[in-house]
Amino acid sequence: MENYYGFENGITGNELYQKGIKQASNLEIDLLKEEVVKISHLNSNFLVHTTNNQIESKVVIIAIGNQKKHLDIDGLNKFEGRGVSYCAICDGFFYRNKDVVVIGSGTYAISEVNDLLNIANNITILTNGNKPPDFRADNVSIISKPIKLVRGNTKVEEIEFDDNSSIKTDGIFIAQGVAGVTDLSKKLGLIIEKNSIVTNKDMETNIPGIYACGDATGGLLQISKAVYEGTKAGLSAIKYLNNRR
Amino acid sequence: MSILTINNNNFEKDVLGSEKPVLVDFYADWCGPCKMMSPIVEEIAEECNDTILVGKVNVDENQELAQKYGIMSIPTLILFNNGIPKETIVGLQSKEQIKQKLK
Repeated sequence: MENYYGFENGITGNELYQKGIKQASNLEIDLLKEEVVKISHLNSNFLVHTTNNQIESKVVIIAIGNQKKHLDIDGLNKFEGRGVSYCAICDGFFYRNKDVVVIGSGTYAISEVNDLLNIANNITILTNGNKPPDFRADNVSIISKPIKLVRGNTKVEEIEFDDNSSIKTDGIFIAQGVAGVTDLSKKLGLIIEKNSIVTNKDMETNIPGIYACGDATGGLLQISKAVYEGTKAGLSAIKYLNNRR
Repeated sequence: MSILTINNNNFEKDVLGSEKPVLVDFYADWCGPCKMMSPIVEEIAEECNDTILVGKVNVDENQELAQKYGIMSIPTLILFNNGIPKETIVGLQSKEQIKQKLK
């Protein structure tokens, strides 16, 4: 970043991030370096699920940026809601005793597979050319070939790979990379527009107690805007907590 | 304006046989996004009560209906006009987005 106020010689994004983390730890704020795979409701609180922990909280501020995770597979978009899903916990119900695939290879994909284990008949993890995860379960198999296209009439029926082989499936769950804005929002019930979380000017989302800021809310993808929104979200969260007492 | 509770028994009469278009919300009690959609659907029912009726189908209790209309993700809203599905909206969306699609 060459033009962020106060840094006359510019600063890289990573350097600014590291300085921010250091600043937070100087204030003795707890810091967990873990991947968030899901946020769920727990009575009037929230449960943040990470790779190794479940953390209960009265408020959550979502400031995870907005990495674009475009999956360039022919036919995928056309079947959204007709066999293509972005949320195992929401849509797993419709795939009871059916055969499904999960596209992905990381921790988030495994978390989605776990949500489907006792619902679906057979689950196939499709890594789409990436390294297969170290995961074993009776009804789970792994295919690591690159995917060419998705086929079906009114709903998903078949997936074809680059080597022209194919498998039949009843449903596709997308879980590529880490859980992003869209993934977390769909599980929680946050309203999104164009892959960004919708907030008001106080960074409140449609769910009381959940705030969002920075690139996750879309608009100007600038550090100055993220800092402003972070401040607003923090103040709104404090106000919310005070009112709950 | 009250929201109709639609089930396997009254679907034909209250939705397919309705003179007014009917917006049907397919939902389940365990579905987080459905809970967020519920107040939005209630507001739409209130604001559009001259033009459309609004009903809710619990997919847990009415799996036949969910299957018949190819519901594979909830919440899903389907607008029925003269017994025919005219518009399908999948996933949680804002009131404005939904009203735009119902126009």
